Amino acid sequence: MSNALVTDKRPSTLRAASLPKWTPWAIAAGSLALGIGISAAAGLGSSIQWGLIAAVLFVLGTYGIAARVEGRRQARDRVATSLVWVAFLIAVIPLVSLIWVTVARGAKVLDVYFLTHSMGVVADTEPGGGIYHAIIGSLEQVGLATLIGAPIGVLTAIYLVEYGRGRLAKAVTFFVDVMTGIPSIVAGLFILSLMLIFKMQPFGFAGSLALAILMMPVVVRSTEEMLKLVPNELREASLALGVPKWRTILKVVLPTSIGGITTGVMLAVARIAGETAPVLLLVFGNPFINNNPFEGAQASLPLYIYQQFANSAGSGAAYDRAWAASLTLIAFVMILNLVARGIARWKAPKTGR
Amino acid sequence: MKLQRKNRLRALSLGAVAVSGALALTACGSDDNGNGGKESGNPSASANTASIKCDDAKGQLLADGSSAQKNAIDAWVKAFSQACGVQINYKGGGSGAGVTAFTQGQVAFAGSDSALKPEEVTASKKICDGGQGIDLPMVGGPIAVGYNVPGVDNLVLDAPTLAKIFDSKITKWNDPAIAALNKGVKLPDLKIQAFHRSDESGTTDNFTKYLIATTPDNWKYSGGKAWQAKGGQSAPQSAGVAQQVKQTSGAIGYFELSYVKDGIKAVSIDTGASKPVAPSSESATADIAAAKVIGTGKDLSLQLDYKTKAEGAYPITLVTYEIVCDKGNKSDTLPATKAFLRYIASEDGQKVLPGIGYAPVPAEIIAKVRTTVEGLS
Amino acid sequence: MDISTTTDVPPPASHSKAAEQKRAARGATRPGDRIFLGLSRGSGILLLAIMAAIAVFLTYRAALAISKDHANFLTTFEWNTNVLEPKFGIAVLVFGTIVSSVIAMAIAVPIAVAIALFITHYAPRRMSGPVAYVIDLLAAVPSIVYGLWGALVLVPHMNGLFGWLNDFFGWTGLFSWDEGAPRSMLTVGILLAIMILPIITNVSREVFRQVPRMHEEAALALGATRWEVVRMSVLPFGRSGVISASMLGLGRALGETMAVATVLSPSFDIQASLLNPGGGTFAQNIASKFSEANEFGRDALIASGLVLFVITLLVNGAARLIIARRAEYSGANA
Repeated sequence: MSNALVTDKRPSTLRAASLPKWTPWAIAAGSLALGIGISAAAGLGSSIQWGLIAAVLFVLGTYGIAARVEGRRQARDRVATSLVWVAFLIAVIPLVSLIWVTVARGAKVLDVYFLTHSMGVVADTEPGGGIYHAIIGSLEQVGLATLIGAPIGVLTAIYLVEYGRGRLAKAVTFFVDVMTGIPSIVAGLFILSLMLIFKMQPFGFAGSLALAILMMPVVVRSTEEMLKLVPNELREASLALGVPKWRTILKVVLPTSIGGITTGVMLAVARIAGETAPVLLLVFGNPFINNNPFEGAQASLPLYIYQQFANSAGSGAAYDRAWAASLTLIAFVMILNLVARGIARWKAPKTGR
Repeated sequence: MKLQRKNRLRALSLGAVAVSGALALTACGSDDNGNGGKESGNPSASANTASIKCDDAKGQLLADGSSAQKNAIDAWVKAFSQACGVQINYKGGGSGAGVTAFTQGQVAFAGSDSALKPEEVTASKKICDGGQGIDLPMVGGPIAVGYNVPGVDNLVLDAPTLAKIFDSKITKWNDPAIAALNKGVKLPDLKIQAFHRSDESGTTDNFTKYLIATTPDNWKYSGGKAWQAKGGQSAPQSAGVAQQVKQTSGAIGYFELSYVKDGIKAVSIDTGASKPVAPSSESATADIAAAKVIGTGKDLSLQLDYKTKAEGAYPITLVTYEIVCDKGNKSDTLPATKAFLRYIASEDGQKVLPGIGYAPVPAEIIAKVRTTVEGLS
Repeated sequence: MDISTTTDVPPPASHSKAAEQKRAARGATRPGDRIFLGLSRGSGILLLAIMAAIAVFLTYRAALAISKDHANFLTTFEWNTNVLEPKFGIAVLVFGTIVSSVIAMAIAVPIAVAIALFITHYAPRRMSGPVAYVIDLLAAVPSIVYGLWGALVLVPHMNGLFGWLNDFFGWTGLFSWDEGAPRSMLTVGILLAIMILPIITNVSREVFRQVPRMHEEAALALGATRWEVVRMSVLPFGRSGVISASMLGLGRALGETMAVATVLSPSFDIQASLLNPGGGTFAQNIASKFSEANEFGRDALIASGLVLFVITLLVNGAARLIIARRAEYSGANA
């Protein structure tokens, strides 16, 4: 605190001394230079090496300088701030790289031809072909799965939050937890064994069923959380007016939480849109266009990516197609995400924050 | 209330847009990219299709199995679809997946790198009404041993050294055993990174069969689709192994010949013949010519000659089969199956193979295959 | 739509208001209520039925496989099902699954919490929105894309890190490296960390946003620095939320298939060093063995899936417990 005394020349202000705004940058530059210098002197080649030394120097330097000028508490605050920034930067590197690589490699073959043609008879090793059949398959399978999974999931969540007392509710809660742990391939096998009992050939809807199984627990969990956020006062006010409970739920509880529920459903959709294993088993995959999900094999985007990678025979054309399909899949998921956020913002109850 | 109604309206219109969008999408796609497509650079595509007999083949045919023969099937499917308009959907999911799907009645035929086992034949009787599953050899090919050693362009190995390398007994590229086979080549002091398949595969099965047959003292494992030796590294699928060999300095691995490119070179095998043999369509054909039929009845499974010392015969080969029912094939898929198999067993069909890194099946064996195909019912 | 017409009739006046409300709360008096309750309870029961069917199916197939196992299912270091005397065991898989998940958690949780704090408390306002959106998006990137990226981009870049770790920490044994391709448990852990980072960040961010403004303002009014605000009011409030977020991430890491299969060099043994290739996880093993497996091999893989199932269940159960405790003392309007 002696520093504070020394610098406190103006009695009219209560503010303690503080470092100028550019200090963190200066310390960063200084420690970076010193780190490289030390590594060069010691003959350490690795870039991780000098990066680490620079980082340690930076933290120590910040702490030391700030502690001298501003005091220990401020110094700790500065260190925490820089650590948070460093964590952010470290995390950004791989995530940006992932997006960059997908876009850069995917954009190579992604064009209208690619989006509107199927693989047809194009061999995996040849250039050309497209993903139209996979997009159709994905849309239909995921759409049907959502039609099955989302209502059941939402209704179950309503049951758990609004009605659920007693043993049945406990059992459902427990099994929803169990269901979140089903490896996707196991869900696929389960449906496959049912199909074999009825001697059915692979078809799109079978995949939808497995995807719906994977989707339901996610929807239940997120809807449950959202319904719990609806204040009890709203329900009580509605019930006090003599509105039946089911109408209270439909007209008061659901509209209040619809934004969150939609977000939850969309995220669940995004998750099942990326599933490979059940589709591989149940829908089979198909290089040709099949618009009918209830008969005959279909393709799907994740399966297409996997097959282009695995059966590529080292052909660059197949890898390009795999990346382009990845880009399409990410774009699809991104659009869903945007829609979900839009709905959430549009419908969200206006709260204090 | 008013606000809500408006919202609902908006949601409805959103839904309508989505549905009509999807409908519009279903209308604009096209399967047609055979010759009208952007590029079709593969010479196999121009195979003569005039001689294909379609009979009353129609509809779509499902098939699954060996990924080793996927490229051959792709080329055949191209020619066959153009001639007959039948869509053949062959998924290269692996021999095991193919055989399982076949014995469950999910596919019309399966591709497999190894012949049916007795218990699989028993299982196939359930779906072959009055018959059983049989193996028809259709495609042969070399298994290349690819490596990535900087500065070494021509590597020669023999069976014992290969076994020792993949069993982690030889760990450096400048090991005396390797140097003895490569006189005059400067071998680097580099660790050997041996890659095998992490998934079960017919390629592993055939590669280890070769090691067991030629050098049982150095390879004391029982063989099979799963890799058994300890040590070494692994990657999924041939594509994964090739990717690793390409990325890793000092790497060696085994895969189909088509992966030998972009920095991966193939090992020539010292078989005891006067010159080491490099893997190629011709050298594999020379070896497969000595194969013998060991299947009984209509089954035509083959015994390959791994110990060959013939000039120019590459010993590490595999033959992949198509598996169908001899009797009791499903009536709706039989015509298409029969027409397709007849085409691939024909001279035109077999002629496609050398151009894409495979080897045709020897003449007398393929003749037997043709008669068997004609007798399918 | 006759439901709505019948229930729009006002309740008979003979009932006292209190009794009416009590009944409405139980939700089974009016036809509309009964139908709605029936529907929602029905979906609950349907879910239970599906689950029960899957459980029965799984246990049956797993029991079939384990009864024919010629080795101890829990301790065997081998997976060989395609032979006359099948031998398979899950020891390696349990080890690999736990090790890779622990590495992933150790890396992802602190960084994710830091990023969540960054978005809610540190970033310039203009920056936090887009950052939050990008992280949201990454949570939804399919794992096959992470797998592709991991195999083609991450693995080649790991050589430097591995060499460095070997130079300085090789003596611990945990970080010694035989210069194989960098496709080991550590790589898997890092890729899994990158995958689950957005998930943990998302949930933690939401939790940090829920911190009552009053708490923070009170701390600021007392002259606390930003870090002190975070430490004293934000982190204690969000702790259980962060824990349940981490459990969610852990659940995903445990069951991840494609991403692990593409970057790990699997083998059925346990490596003392995290840098040497080897080991395996449940989901990866199922994916890589499945395509060539026959009926029996599939059953054996299902048996291992059942174990994964139980592990995931335990993790989820723990998360439930923690969330339940939070609900008890936070006084939130549940």
